[in-house]
Amino acid sequence: MTTSSLFSPRYLAPIFLPLSVFLLISHVHAETPEEKGLAIAMEADRRDSGFKDYTAEMTMILRNKLGKESKRSIRSKTLEVAEDGDKNLSIFDSPKDVKGTAFLTFSHKTGDDDQWLYLPALKRVKRINSRNKSGSFMGSEFAYEDIASQEVEKYSYKHLREETYQGQECFVNESYPVDRKNSGYSKRISWVDKTEYRLLKVEFYDRKKSLLKTLTVSGYQQYLGTYWRPDSMDIINHQTGKSTTLLWDNYQFGTGLTDANFNATSLKRVR
Amino acid sequence: MQRVENWIGIIVVKYRWLLIPGLLFLAIFAASGMRFLAFSNDSRMFFSEENPQLQALESLERTYTKVENVLYIIAPKSGNVFEPETLEAIEFLTNESWKLPFSSRVNSLSNYQHTKAFEDDLVVADLISDSASLSPQEIADIKAIALSQPMLVNSLIDKKGSVTAINVNIIKPDDGSYKIEDINSAAVRLDQVMKDKYPFLDTYLTGGVMIDTAFGEAPKKDMRSLIPLMFTFLLFLIFISLRSVFATTATLLVIILSTITGLGIAGWIGILLTPASANAPVIILTLAVADSIHILVTLFHQMRRGTSRHKAIQESIRVNLQPVLITSVSTAIGFLTMNFSDAPPFRDLGNIVAMGVISAFIYSVFFMPALMAVLPIRVKQTPTRQGKIFAILADFIIKRRTPIFWSMIVLILLTSSGIVKIHLNDEFIKYFDHSYPFRVASDFSSEHLAGLEIIDWDLDSGEEGGINDPQFLKTVEDFANWFREQPEVRHVYTITDIMKRLNQNMHGDDPAWYRLPEQRDLAAQYLLLYEMNLPFGLDLNNRINVDKSATRMTISTPNIGTAGVLDLERRGRKWLQEHSPDMSTYGSGLSIIFSYISERNIRSMLKGSILALALISLIMIAALRDFKLGILSLIPNLTPAFMAFGVWGIFVGQVGLAVSVMIAMTLGIVVDDTVHFISKYQRGRKEHEMDPEDAVRYAFNTVGTAIWVTTLALVGGFGVLAFSGFQINAHMGAMTTITIIFAIILDFFFLPTLLLKLENSK
Repeated sequence: MTTSSLFSPRYLAPIFLPLSVFLLISHVHAETPEEKGLAIAMEADRRDSGFKDYTAEMTMILRNKLGKESKRSIRSKTLEVAEDGDKNLSIFDSPKDVKGTAFLTFSHKTGDDDQWLYLPALKRVKRINSRNKSGSFMGSEFAYEDIASQEVEKYSYKHLREETYQGQECFVNESYPVDRKNSGYSKRISWVDKTEYRLLKVEFYDRKKSLLKTLTVSGYQQYLGTYWRPDSMDIINHQTGKSTTLLWDNYQFGTGLTDANFNATSLKRVR
Repeated sequence: MQRVENWIGIIVVKYRWLLIPGLLFLAIFAASGMRFLAFSNDSRMFFSEENPQLQALESLERTYTKVENVLYIIAPKSGNVFEPETLEAIEFLTNESWKLPFSSRVNSLSNYQHTKAFEDDLVVADLISDSASLSPQEIADIKAIALSQPMLVNSLIDKKGSVTAINVNIIKPDDGSYKIEDINSAAVRLDQVMKDKYPFLDTYLTGGVMIDTAFGEAPKKDMRSLIPLMFTFLLFLIFISLRSVFATTATLLVIILSTITGLGIAGWIGILLTPASANAPVIILTLAVADSIHILVTLFHQMRRGTSRHKAIQESIRVNLQPVLITSVSTAIGFLTMNFSDAPPFRDLGNIVAMGVISAFIYSVFFMPALMAVLPIRVKQTPTRQGKIFAILADFIIKRRTPIFWSMIVLILLTSSGIVKIHLNDEFIKYFDHSYPFRVASDFSSEHLAGLEIIDWDLDSGEEGGINDPQFLKTVEDFANWFREQPEVRHVYTITDIMKRLNQNMHGDDPAWYRLPEQRDLAAQYLLLYEMNLPFGLDLNNRINVDKSATRMTISTPNIGTAGVLDLERRGRKWLQEHSPDMSTYGSGLSIIFSYISERNIRSMLKGSILALALISLIMIAALRDFKLGILSLIPNLTPAFMAFGVWGIFVGQVGLAVSVMIAMTLGIVVDDTVHFISKYQRGRKEHEMDPEDAVRYAFNTVGTAIWVTTLALVGGFGVLAFSGFQINAHMGAMTTITIIFAIILDFFFLPTLLLKLENSK
């Protein structure tokens, strides 16, 4: 089945949708807010499954409180995996000091993800053994857990309300991390539009339940007539005043990637 | 002037029924502004926006995020941190600290991100987790690791492993939607939970949040304890000296009205109360007594001689209006020149007191006499004993004028010479005495861990990604190592330690590789690897700027005082200048700014003091209509401050911020006694055509008592301030008290002999 993965713009997009969920949706009267929240997450995931693979280019712009900026560029390759999380390979093109550094992730629905990092300066592949997901990613306001695989199973859900956000009818849901110990959040509130199930906005609440960050996703375009991908993701940290923008470009679907492109030995060969 | 003086006396008696309610209404209206008074709790309130050291610190904070901290210190009674129960307590406190309001980062022994190599893996994990299930061997391993990490030793754990700290960073929102007291009380509650849950631990609580809270708490504490004390003392003093319930009541009314008027206007114009400006009530109470005492003493003096009450009131206003006006104006000028101070709280203090002093003048001249005209006061027709004492004193001084004159000169020279022993020292921690728990905690931290004196260095490579340059890293490492060799430095926090550790990890934990990576790209890739594996809030954003062109190095030392901090900073700067001129910069931090604060304020107040001196002298010359007497009055006005500095130098030596405003402030106060004495002397000479000796006797007889009583009030008032738990106030109180004591000694023993010498030399 399908999942989203590291650097996947299909943020929060969840997974397969058993028949029972259809039944739940059709029997609205029996639905609790928790069930409805889960159903929405599953539907979003269902709509985004089956893309097989895609590549994209990303520019990451970091901004401090004074508005001073710094840019990085990364290429991302994603392979859909049946019955488990996606595989993702990210290759850093700039800054020049980290050019060629490659990061391979096998996401898993349960348990920790597998991670390998290839450091070209050392010419070695290192397997990374870490449960930490909540730290800053490359000094940005995104945490690894924000951009890593968003499996439906990694959160529990609760539907809050429906409201219009930027002219679109939206579901507003809360989600809570299952792995509380290693997550930086107590909850997230997300806005998903009702027609296409695209994620438009997320608010992140830290462990002491204060608003920490807000993510806004914009510039959605449809690929292969099915899959929606955004052009831009902006996240602002309300506590530090720092912000990060991700600009996406050059999405390619069906590029013929296979498992052979996603293993530890293949890391050294990436260019 | 003569006509005005007569006229005011008549008006006050005639319109007494209009003046009493009118002025009361005015006072109450002004005082209603007190509801707007608020307390400032920010350790930075003592710095003006123009302060260059503050600007440097704020620019550093904008780059790396401004944080406050809460620091818990845990000292197991067993003397060993590495026991399962203590480790569990550390884990518990670490988790709970994340829940403190606005906490953004928690650093402890347990969540220290330990990196190690395992076969071809890199393992990044909390140093301590699930401490309950740890075996003795595992605990021994943890201890060995903890005591070998330069990031931890002397910062979060002492060398012996007997004391550990947990640091919580707090980011206060810009919009001010927080109350520092709330953060403080949450931290204190958690401290209490720890004490209850783990009775085998001693816990201490300090940090920026506690310091800020104490800055807000200090004025309240002072006001709660000092004002009642002051009030009781004044009540007692006034009653003893006036022996009249009505007169005491009237005087109390005047000082209360003056104080609430001053504070009320401060509220209306939006002045924030700070530990310094919160003294204003005590000072106004003290100063306001003098005007009433002078008027009442003359009033009773007249009535004793059989003058009717209303006539006595008019006469008292006639003879006292000029000196009371002069003393009020000169006192107000002295306090107003505090506006030259670089520290905003002193400007506020000066302005509030000046408003109070002017109010005291108005109430003493228009309200109090009107009240006395209404109240049924009576006096006994007997001269007081004090009058006799002053007559004897006058005779003694006139007879022994020459030896007295010279012994005074010797006293002045001896005491003033102590000034050379004065040195400046401002340690903001020591502004608070041991009645503040955070002070005890800070001393403990200073003794066992890093201490709260911090110097930050913003080391800039000058190019994007430049912090990965091996040459730059080498310089940073050398700089850190140089600091580690300095005896006063306890801890250095630098990214080069992380780099070295990672380099070792990436080479199978071989200790030979505990060194900086030699290629720029490798360093950059290590950082990327490391950052990707950190948990929430433990990233390097507070160490490395956004484009990785600069890094921040933090030096901690125990309390080494102003001179120590400035010296260390200067040596550090010199090292950078010599070894890497491109990176040369200034050290920054709260310790640095406080180290400069006295110097800056003394420099800024020098202008203020000179202006006060010039204005007050001009007023004296104009009022006495005598250039020579005016200039002469400078000696007993200015000398007491120097004598007080001298005595302070001999017995204490160390002065701080308080010293900067001392001259301007005391000048305005001590001038009063001189004005009263000289104006009476002059009146004796001119109005009663006395010879100099009789004029001295006349001055002693007429104002001796009033000077004595007002001096007692001032000594009492500022003496009470000396008991403040806030060092700046305590020093200001003590020094002013000494100054005032010297002032009365000079006014009684030096001024008359000086006047006699001067007249006889004609």
